[in-house]
Amino acid sequence: MSNLLFLSIFVLIPLLMLLGLWIARTTNQVRGVMVVGSSALLLHSIYLTFEFLAEREAGNLAPMLFQDAWVWFPDLHINYAVGVDGISVVMLLLSSIIVFTGTFASWKLKPLTKEYFLWFTLLSMGVFGFFITVDMFAMFMFYEIALIPMYLLIGVWGSGKKEYAAMKLTLMLMGGSAFLMIGIFGIYFGAGGNTMNILDIAGHTGGAQAIPFAQQCIWFPMTFVGFGVLGALFPFHTWSPDGHASAPTAVSMLHAGVLMKLGGYGCFRIAMYLLPDAAQELGWIFLILTGISVVYGAFSACVQTDLKYINAYSSVSHCGLVLFAILMLNTTSCTGAVLQMLSHGLMTALFFALIGMIYGRTHTRDIRELSGLMRIMPFLAVCYVIAGLANLGLPGLSGFVAEMTIFVGSFQNADTFHRVLTIAACTSIVITAVYILRLVGKILYGTCTNEHHLKLTDATWDERLAVICLILAVAGLGLAPLWVSNLITDGVAPIVDHINSASHLLSNSNPF
Amino acid sequence: MEYTLFILLLPFLSFLFLGICGKWLSHKVAGWVGTLSLGAVAVLSYITAFTYFTADRVDGVFPTITAFNTTWLPLGDLHFDMGILLDPISVMMLIVISTVSLMVHIYSFGYMHGERGFQRYYAFLSLFTMSMLGLVVATNIFQMYLFWELVGVSSYLLIGFYYTTPAAIAASKKAFIVTRFADMFFLIGILIYGYYCKSFGFEFNEAGFAEGAFMLPTALVLMFIGGAGKSAMFPLHIWLPDAMEGPTPVSALIHAATMVVAGVYQIARLFPLWIQYAPDSLSIVVWVGAFTAFYAAAVACAQSDIKRVLAFSTISQIAFMMVALGVCLPGHESVIDAHGSLGYMASMFHLFTHAMFKACLFLGAGCIIHAVHSNEMSAMGGLRKYMPITHVTFLISCLAIAGIPFFSGFSSKDEIITACFEYSPVVGWWMTAVAAMTAFYMFRLYYGIFWGTENKELHAHHTPHEAPLSMTLPLIVLCIITVGVGIYTTLGGFLGWGGSFGSFVTANGEDYTIHFNTQIAITSTVIALISIALATYIYKGEKQPVADRLYNAFPRLHRWAYKRFYMDEVYQFITHRIIFAHISKPIAWFDRHVVDGFFDFLAWGTNALGFQIRGLQSGSVQRYAYVFFIGVLLLILTILIF
Amino acid sequence: MIQIEYILIISAIMMFAGIYGFLTRRSTLAILLSIELMLNSADINFAVFNRMLFPTGSEGYVFALFTIAIAAAESAVAIAIMINLYRLYKKISVGELNKMKW
Repeated sequence: MSNLLFLSIFVLIPLLMLLGLWIARTTNQVRGVMVVGSSALLLHSIYLTFEFLAEREAGNLAPMLFQDAWVWFPDLHINYAVGVDGISVVMLLLSSIIVFTGTFASWKLKPLTKEYFLWFTLLSMGVFGFFITVDMFAMFMFYEIALIPMYLLIGVWGSGKKEYAAMKLTLMLMGGSAFLMIGIFGIYFGAGGNTMNILDIAGHTGGAQAIPFAQQCIWFPMTFVGFGVLGALFPFHTWSPDGHASAPTAVSMLHAGVLMKLGGYGCFRIAMYLLPDAAQELGWIFLILTGISVVYGAFSACVQTDLKYINAYSSVSHCGLVLFAILMLNTTSCTGAVLQMLSHGLMTALFFALIGMIYGRTHTRDIRELSGLMRIMPFLAVCYVIAGLANLGLPGLSGFVAEMTIFVGSFQNADTFHRVLTIAACTSIVITAVYILRLVGKILYGTCTNEHHLKLTDATWDERLAVICLILAVAGLGLAPLWVSNLITDGVAPIVDHINSASHLLSNSNPF
Repeated sequence: MEYTLFILLLPFLSFLFLGICGKWLSHKVAGWVGTLSLGAVAVLSYITAFTYFTADRVDGVFPTITAFNTTWLPLGDLHFDMGILLDPISVMMLIVISTVSLMVHIYSFGYMHGERGFQRYYAFLSLFTMSMLGLVVATNIFQMYLFWELVGVSSYLLIGFYYTTPAAIAASKKAFIVTRFADMFFLIGILIYGYYCKSFGFEFNEAGFAEGAFMLPTALVLMFIGGAGKSAMFPLHIWLPDAMEGPTPVSALIHAATMVVAGVYQIARLFPLWIQYAPDSLSIVVWVGAFTAFYAAAVACAQSDIKRVLAFSTISQIAFMMVALGVCLPGHESVIDAHGSLGYMASMFHLFTHAMFKACLFLGAGCIIHAVHSNEMSAMGGLRKYMPITHVTFLISCLAIAGIPFFSGFSSKDEIITACFEYSPVVGWWMTAVAAMTAFYMFRLYYGIFWGTENKELHAHHTPHEAPLSMTLPLIVLCIITVGVGIYTTLGGFLGWGGSFGSFVTANGEDYTIHFNTQIAITSTVIALISIALATYIYKGEKQPVADRLYNAFPRLHRWAYKRFYMDEVYQFITHRIIFAHISKPIAWFDRHVVDGFFDFLAWGTNALGFQIRGLQSGSVQRYAYVFFIGVLLLILTILIF
Repeated sequence: MIQIEYILIISAIMMFAGIYGFLTRRSTLAILLSIELMLNSADINFAVFNRMLFPTGSEGYVFALFTIAIAAAESAVAIAIMINLYRLYKKISVGELNKMKW
């Protein structure tokens, strides 16, 4: 099987699922298609992981494996080029887990079940496509495919101020895309205008066709902000609380769990990898912004009263940590960043799934109206506590691994500026504990005061399945992080080396 | 000694099993699973200790054995290992933890009988035991931190065991957040340590170590803040008294015997670094400890809740251990010698004895609470006739903590005070005074419970009764240890026998024979006896005229002490008034109104602009025609002009 | 022989009368009349330029004929629309026909 086909299966399966959904007539058929498709995706991503490891074992040292390309638009040098490294492998794994569990989390969704799953699948197709391609244009295309369905998913199936939220989210992300597109074209033409392939462009850097330094300083903020909007970079994060609060359960899961990771991944893979000089030169500005995100999100979460708002601000804080770690620019911190993406994806998905399940029963997300749920729905409550503990970085669950890697890595930077920021970011672990425990204490413990809540039931089998899968993943990552960490380092190390080895060779020459 | 791995694995498996399957198990089965696995752990620990201490010394010291070590998480040049390190203090801690934990497991059969969530309780106990054992056998500072966090969480879960009572929820939250706050400093300390010393390990002689030494005092002090949080040193002590909301056996295990001494253990573990690189910073430990000891003793004199009294007494006693570590002095050329570091041995010794008698006191308190269904001393009084076994064991433990010869507390406390006097007479007399206060408030407690004014009304309504065997047995066992260790070490200390505690654990690992300084021993005994006599005089009788007079003479002092000098209110103020009201709220407001407002403004601006230009597309044909004709005219004009 | 200027002046007056009418009248019927006026002034110009400047050719006449034919078709369509509008809304004033505005 050719590499092209092998990786394209991640896009082909969603396409087949779309076809299947289109044909499906009854709800059960729709569910059947979704279960088969998402399981196939999960299996394929696991298979890919093993294949990848086997290939590495066999001594293939290329930075990206399974590379292949199909010429798509020769005049503009646009190819459908695919390839994966350690980072994309774990991201694919994450995405498929979330799609799989998301399917079960929206098992009983009504109305318009079929249409819902159509958009849901389209969204996941965009996500998978984004992670397998290495061509900037194709990446951008898949990025857009992932964004647009969000509008409909929130606008139609959401709750609360859904139209406002959907509009806001889409417009802000589209605004980011506009910057991004300019940035991408800037990189393309800056690097000589003869390839869109990321690896080729990176290969040129420092050589004859490197992007001039002064140009890098323009395109870097553009691409970084473009992706940063999706990665909840302060102050472009405000779509996140409203968007998450209004989105239906599985969409929140997919959005916080995977889509926000597109931001961090893109920042690392495009903005920093292709514009290394500017990344070193201008990184400090964004480092301050992300540092603010980390602490600011945590503080904001402390006084929210809506479960989803709390979680959304917590995501701002945690995703801020991802970008923060990337900008610290060493292998350990960047590995930590990817671990954090993985960990945050899993645990936020878990959180949103649980919130959705609780909301589905109580019809309120206001923490002042909820109490004593531990007695009423023990399974959900216990899982909620686990999710909360993962969020505040309990050892043995994924959050701890990621945060520690980030902090240790960030602290390896020898200058005071990075040190002080690292210490400032460390304070977030305390604030996180404050809001998580406040939340858990308020809604789960105590005695139930609302008599309507007394008769509510615990989780059904489909919900249990989704939640248990996620908890297993979170605990697995937390207990045995070694192989994931090695896998990620495998992908991160060449990129970080590339960024750090790029000296400001061209900074003195005239850029234009 | 690979089998030591099971010391960690067994409780972990028991936690998983009870946590996942507990719902389908009966109380009895769950309890037995927990207790048996712990029993196995205890047996393994004893075997480990026996083989370790009977093995030959190498160069006069017990060797440090790394029984197991594996890289858990690579961190660039550094690595985060998990393993098992056996050296005298960790082996000693294994014994302490497994013994007390086993006693608590047995005791809980009776105490928690029929409680809802019995299985959960045992699961958490297993989790706690696993984490605490992991903490003490850590091979590197990061592993210690990992288990440090885990004990914090298990403490949180156990304090909040009665999760329907608001007080328990608040207490568990407070305990977690306060210790977490301290842990942040610990983490920063670890980061500094890891960066400058190029390793997280406890092998302090690795290459590249000395060049990072100039940052070590900072790192160590930061780590000490972490330790102070866990060990409830002033001003981070506020969580411990509230933690008494948890079930009493939990208080005995976690908040008296094991977890709270983690801070002491941490300093002991890093002791070579303190002595070699930061001897001056040790004075911080001394002063924090000395102040805390006094503060807690003062508060303990005025509390009426028996568990609170014990909690403050715990704080005070841990402060003793801290002081003992702090008063160690480096020998020549900053190396550890047995004499200068007498305090180290004393501290570990006190840790050991304190764990036993304080657990016994707490478990005894549990029996009493079980009998009268209240924590308040006003509900008690005259209980000695109803609960003989509890009475005797409680008395023995009180004598031990008061420092009466032939009870274990005497030997260890006496060594601490000796070490203090060597450091500075001020500290020595200060700690002697605190020891006197200890004797006083412990006997105030004792008389208040077992003698004094009996609450006849309450007791007639519900006659107190002795606890079942499952609860009294642990009391007896712990008492036997207290008395046995006490008799042997007291005689040994006066007569100069070897084989006492100093033969196992000392700062530099060499055999040290404990010799009491007779002068100090006699002084402290006399002072303790005077305090006890004073307490007897004031509190023993049915009527307590002296106590009432004292109370009337100093009402404000009593009130201040009763309110713990308003430390909780200060914290309340900082968290609610400052952090919540003046940081979080404004930030949330800023986010909603300024940041979000800006983007809403952008959207609004676009809309408004749209409305402005909309006139051009009015749909009115004639308006278009106007524009058209004007355009034509302009075009013609342009052509004509150019 | 009549001077070309006279004819052009007449056609210009017709043209501007048409424009004025187009811009100011509210009734669609009057607007249609104004348009016819403008078309006719253009026709006159075609004819007169052909006659005066290029007497040998006949393109101007042909164009004028075309324009007349198209104008006829256009007015037919316009009047049809107007009748329909009148049936639907009972009015033909442009100011009031704003259903398609947004």
